[in-house]
Amino acid sequence: MNIVIIGIGKVGLTLTEQLSKEDHNIVIVDKSKSVIEKAVNDYDVMGVVGNGASSDIQKEAKIDTADLLIACTSSDELNILSCMVAKKLGVTDTIARVRNPEYFKLFMSRELGLNLMVNPEYEGAMEIFRVLRSPGAIMIESFAEGKVDLVELKLTQGNPAVNLSVSQFVEKFNINLLICALQRGEDVIIPKGSTILREDDQIYITASSQDICNILRKAGFRKNPLKNVMIIGGGRISFYLTKELEKISAKVKIVEKDEAKCLDLITQLDKVEVIAGDGSDQQILIEEGLKSADAIVILTGSDEENIMISIFAKNAGAQTIITKVNKLSYYSMLRASGVDSIISPRLITANQIIRYVRAKQNSKGSAVLNLYKIVNDKAEALEFIVTEKFEGISKPLKELKLKENLLIANILRGSEFITPHGGQTIEKGDKVIVVTTQGYLKDLNDILK
Amino acid sequence: MNYKLSRYILGQIALIEAAFLLIPLFIGAGYKEDTLLAFALTIAILLALGIAFTLKKPEVLALSAKGGFSLVALSWIMISLFGSLPFFISGYIPNFIDSFFETVSGFTTTGASIIGNVEAMPKSLLFWRSLTHWLGGMGVFVFIIAIMPKAEANIVQLFRAESPGPQVGKLVSKLKFTARILYGIYIALTLLEVLLLLVGKMSLFDSLIHAFGTAGTGGFSSKNASIGFYNSAYIEIVISIFMIIFSINFNIYFLLLIGNIKQVLKSEELRVFLSIIAVSIIIISASLTLNAVYANFGLAARHSLFQVASIISTTGYATADFARWPLIAQMVLLLLMFIGACAGSTGGGLKISRVIILVKSGLREIKKTLSPRRVSAIKFEGKPLDTAIHHSVLRYFGIYMIIFFMSVLLVSIKMEGTASAFVTSFTAVASCLNNIGPGLAKVGPMGNYAALSYFAKIILSLDMLIGRLEILPMLLLFYPKLWINK
Repeated sequence: MNIVIIGIGKVGLTLTEQLSKEDHNIVIVDKSKSVIEKAVNDYDVMGVVGNGASSDIQKEAKIDTADLLIACTSSDELNILSCMVAKKLGVTDTIARVRNPEYFKLFMSRELGLNLMVNPEYEGAMEIFRVLRSPGAIMIESFAEGKVDLVELKLTQGNPAVNLSVSQFVEKFNINLLICALQRGEDVIIPKGSTILREDDQIYITASSQDICNILRKAGFRKNPLKNVMIIGGGRISFYLTKELEKISAKVKIVEKDEAKCLDLITQLDKVEVIAGDGSDQQILIEEGLKSADAIVILTGSDEENIMISIFAKNAGAQTIITKVNKLSYYSMLRASGVDSIISPRLITANQIIRYVRAKQNSKGSAVLNLYKIVNDKAEALEFIVTEKFEGISKPLKELKLKENLLIANILRGSEFITPHGGQTIEKGDKVIVVTTQGYLKDLNDILK
Repeated sequence: MNYKLSRYILGQIALIEAAFLLIPLFIGAGYKEDTLLAFALTIAILLALGIAFTLKKPEVLALSAKGGFSLVALSWIMISLFGSLPFFISGYIPNFIDSFFETVSGFTTTGASIIGNVEAMPKSLLFWRSLTHWLGGMGVFVFIIAIMPKAEANIVQLFRAESPGPQVGKLVSKLKFTARILYGIYIALTLLEVLLLLVGKMSLFDSLIHAFGTAGTGGFSSKNASIGFYNSAYIEIVISIFMIIFSINFNIYFLLLIGNIKQVLKSEELRVFLSIIAVSIIIISASLTLNAVYANFGLAARHSLFQVASIISTTGYATADFARWPLIAQMVLLLLMFIGACAGSTGGGLKISRVIILVKSGLREIKKTLSPRRVSAIKFEGKPLDTAIHHSVLRYFGIYMIIFFMSVLLVSIKMEGTASAFVTSFTAVASCLNNIGPGLAKVGPMGNYAALSYFAKIILSLDMLIGRLEILPMLLLFYPKLWINK
């Protein structure tokens, strides 16, 4: 596909990297010359320097042959305007990043001709909410229109799964799940039945989303039900998250140092308890019940402050900690320091757009329905739809010669959820979830040697 | 530097060179020449090296700017070394330095030769010599990028190092398709020229040789008297036009292909290029007529058109011994040597766009001195010129001049102190550094480089590579820090 991306910030750059790897023809537009120069050197894309909302610049970016325009500058208005200009110049699909909830309404999107509006804060809040709802999970992604969940878990001390082999683990708890990847230190392992699970391993399991809560409970991951949540930082994510939490009647306490923001929050939300205070002040956090909260969500505007608070909260014995971090380079450091759940609204936004692009691509014939980067981008989980072109159709899995470091995690046949075994076959129309460390697969046939 | 990736890419280049060497091998077999063994042996060596180097795929595919630049320089040296083996092994050029000079001159599309009697050479060697022009014209890496199934590494650096001009842009967003479009245009134009030459009653073999020489703006011929041999106005005009065509920025042809004629007419570089050609032809034909060098004005105009096209495109074909022309005509041609072709073409020299920027920046300097508070910007192609590019052009010119005079100095070692020797060394360097071929005096269109010392030939070979790769990639190789892995 021919894609024009306007605004090369962190989201734009993530999109540029991923989409150019997926063999799309990309033209990037940004006001800053140095940003464009660097991106053009790093990725196989074409760059245009200028104001993305100007029709001249869009024409220079070959908008007339583009299938899709993605506007992700830091300004909502510029993004919306860019999309409208592109529509007038004949682009069928447009995506805009829109943050302001006043613009973020269905009416706006339909009337302005935007095909998709993405709101990083809203998506971030939803992601945090999903993690909070599935206790013990560090991260959850869903496949097959939400029928299958991919859940990341950490094997802490005393977990009954520790020191069992993968097949013993499944046998012992008699549960329908599959461990599809595990991270031990810096290594990523695609496990076999005989792989032994160790303390501190980070495991990735796939299971039917209906059973996920049961499975987590049975396997000893379940912690206390969610009653008290403390949110540090009162920005837009906090607002969206509180709204969701109020729906499941959890008690929410927000700590925010800006008094005007505090007032805003209590006028917009009903039951929330808002504390005007500095979230980085440890005394305040302890007084406000850091230790008794079931979960701490740290969402201030500064990555560094968030990290410091999360380390403090961890040492103070808080149960579940979710930290917002935008700089991807901090991820591995944070993991090493024992902070479990890290949320990056920018990454989530980029992933959402990439999913949209893939879905659009599907209608043109590619077979990848979904792709998630897991284990710090070291492995990928992909969802394929099986067409008649697949060479292994109706053959038992044990007869297929699969590539190394690759695993067929699940098969979905209609609404039936199958955890595959050696005699299982793959049929036309199935959806297959594959986990691999082998890099980008384009077609289901690529899983074969 | 990423040594593993560099090794892998060098291996691929060896394989590609081996594949191209098959063509002269078959030609040699067809004409039953005694060069078969030489070609077969070279191919075997390249295959062994290529396979050994490409056995293991590198894991890390990152390539830094300096890594890319030095890799391009290394590969050009490598293909020249191996490309010279057929000449050396077959014994037709018994000295290795001579063979190397001839091959470098081929790949860099210079066309400077040490062979006295070209017509006595076997056809397979002549074909290989001209094929190196064709390959070197558009570039070996551009070829690799074009045939590569997927952009594996960060290869834009390689593309940039090999494509001439101050600004290297892509035609379409994927580098692979850009390379394919460039080679597509290149092949189509070459075939068109072959056809037109065949119409002019040139034999197929000679048509191919001369089309390759024109396409790469090289200048190797299969005749001792170069194009003058045919003494045909038709052939001269066809070749003149194609020399000019191949020295125009290939982006222009892409714009024509997609029907954007407005943009083509707006191109400042193209307009300046064509004006320089017109003015030079007028000056030279006027001086030839006034000095009664040729019988009539028509003949003078014909020779000046051919020679101007040949020199400004940096091809170096000759129909006349311009070393015997009036001084003003010779000086115009010498100036054209330095100006060179358009950026993004197969030609050499400083490039028209750099010359435009240099002249404009000189004019601005004068204006600034006259009224210091006046705000002025250099405009190029209708847009204000980016200061980074402006500065890089100035730096390029500085380094270029230093290299030029250093080379003249080195080439002059062991030469006698006559005025003619000075002209020889001066124009030999100018001709090699700008990838033209013939110079004046001893290395003039009817002479050759055979008489120069081996040391001078090595210096000139390096000059040719420096000129073709636009200085920096070659210079990086001599910078010790490059080789230290951090």
